[in-house]
Amino acid sequence: MEKVITSQGIVDRSKDIGPFVPEADDDRLICRCEEITKGEIRKAVHEGMYTVTEVRRYLRAGMGLCQGQTCGRFVKGIIASELGVSPAELEPATSRSPMRPVEMAVLGHEV
Amino acid sequence: MKRYDLIVIGAGPSGLSAAIEAAKRGLSVVVFDENEKPGGQLFKQIHKFFGSKAHKAKIRGFNIGEMLLKEADAAGVKVVLNATVTGMYLDKEILVRQENAMVHYKGDSIIIATGAAENTITFDGWTLPGVMGAGAAQTMMNVMGIQPGKKILMLGSGNVGLVVSYQLMQAGCEVVAVVDAAPKVGGYGVHAAKVARCGVPFYLSHTVIRADGNEMVEKVVIAEVDAHFKPIEGTEKAFDVDTICIAVGLSPMSQLLKMSGCEMEDNPKKGGQVPIIDDFGETSIPGVFASGDVSGIEEASSAMIEGKMSGICAAEYLGYCTEAEKESALARLEEDLDNLRQGMFAPKNRGQAIELTDEGIELSKSLLTKGYMEDADMERFPGVTHTKGVHPVIECTQNIPCNPCQDACPQKCIMVGDDITALPIIDEERACIDCGMCVASCSGQAIFLVDEDAGEGQATVTFPYEFLPLPEKGDIGIALNRKGEALCEAKIVKVKTSKAFDHTALVTMAVPQEQAMSARFYRKENN
Repeated sequence: MEKVITSQGIVDRSKDIGPFVPEADDDRLICRCEEITKGEIRKAVHEGMYTVTEVRRYLRAGMGLCQGQTCGRFVKGIIASELGVSPAELEPATSRSPMRPVEMAVLGHEV
Repeated sequence: MKRYDLIVIGAGPSGLSAAIEAAKRGLSVVVFDENEKPGGQLFKQIHKFFGSKAHKAKIRGFNIGEMLLKEADAAGVKVVLNATVTGMYLDKEILVRQENAMVHYKGDSIIIATGAAENTITFDGWTLPGVMGAGAAQTMMNVMGIQPGKKILMLGSGNVGLVVSYQLMQAGCEVVAVVDAAPKVGGYGVHAAKVARCGVPFYLSHTVIRADGNEMVEKVVIAEVDAHFKPIEGTEKAFDVDTICIAVGLSPMSQLLKMSGCEMEDNPKKGGQVPIIDDFGETSIPGVFASGDVSGIEEASSAMIEGKMSGICAAEYLGYCTEAEKESALARLEEDLDNLRQGMFAPKNRGQAIELTDEGIELSKSLLTKGYMEDADMERFPGVTHTKGVHPVIECTQNIPCNPCQDACPQKCIMVGDDITALPIIDEERACIDCGMCVASCSGQAIFLVDEDAGEGQATVTFPYEFLPLPEKGDIGIALNRKGEALCEAKIVKVKTSKAFDHTALVTMAVPQEQAMSARFYRKENN
């Protein structure tokens, strides 16, 4: 079977990745900051979220206090495993400012 | 907007080293660090470093930190703390959070030395209080003076796991086991040996299955894993612990490089997302450099050299030194860095199964799988002899870049040679004077002074001791073997401390003659 991600790095959404099958550790918390479980991430992939960025926007996994410092690796691994590719084949999450959490009042106070 | 010739992000070993080299050459340099104290991870490193003199070997990490801060101050480097760099943009502009404001700065060159963050693994109960990174535990005990817990299980047998296990015991905690899913100990054998001789069992090819507890960790269950790292049913073992330390590697904190547009790669050998750099740290953006762990996980000694290289390159980039000056300075540093990147644990050898030393000697399998050497393994290594009278026994059996023992011996009994990864050799022709300098100088605590016939059927064994309280002369206790098992009665005959030993005490115990090559540690009878 051809892979979901082609050798050129293109995500082919026409490929069938099969149905969502519950697993014993689906209740395990993966993203502690936003309290997202492994099952939620796996489900999101089956709902069409094939990239780290999509899962982040869909579930907020990796968008909390630690900005994915702890869970980024896990989220990527779970998506990759669900798609049947290696984590290195997935486009990594975007890095953007502020890379550490900053209160809005401070962020608005530029000098 | 404030401008500097060079902005360094991160005041750890690499960032400070870079800043010093650049400031010495006349650049105006500022270093931003988000922490309240400078030094990165150096100030929690209480152990002696490996390497040669050029790498500040046998000096404790926090002392290296003090040296760097003094040097930075003398060179006119401005270090700004509690300053979080939150963004890096086109044209070398950065945004820094300082107190309650966002401040813009622009550098004509930028060196990113933001280091790395600890990895973890997930298991049922991994979010319970009491599960923490080994580095976090190290910060608690060595920087803040707080015991992370009382009974601790260490997951990970790399150097971080081993060094932190030892330091946890120094802090008065009990380490119940060192666990690693890999079939072999990941870190230096000498680090494993000093943990094992305190009686800590090693469980290789094991992993943590779950942590149990209501409010916090109360119990941990481990199990053996098969060749595919899947737990084998029926092999579970449980330990009552209040803390699980995780030492499963580090990930570069390379987000600033990425957002500034540097070309990146996903390189598992370097620990994850890293910038693509040349030999001296320059990224795909001219004038933007990355050095230290952020450009690939290694350790503090190489991070310092990489920092120096970037600092010199930034100086040349801005015209503060000539290309010829740069080339000659880099050549020396390249040699230092190359020396560190040799031996069995070199980055290029990661993941390789090595069975023989460079000298062709078979490695100790028990050291690799249990953390200690069997008595019979010892004899084939060149640091182990049976000379008459007091003589050093060097239980250094892997090729690691380190040679302070050679410089320490005033009698020149110990030879490592020009290749600093070679195993130390004892010259039996030269008489040992029992000064103990080699014992104290060995960063791996792998040198013992043994007199196999001290009279009346007794032998004496001198070993390095870094626990408090120190034993006292006349104390009677138990001699332990390399595995940490009770061997026989031991009588303390001498306890030597000296400024030159840098807080390593040399304890000499008398044991029955037949235990001379087995007794390697000591504990008081009543614990």
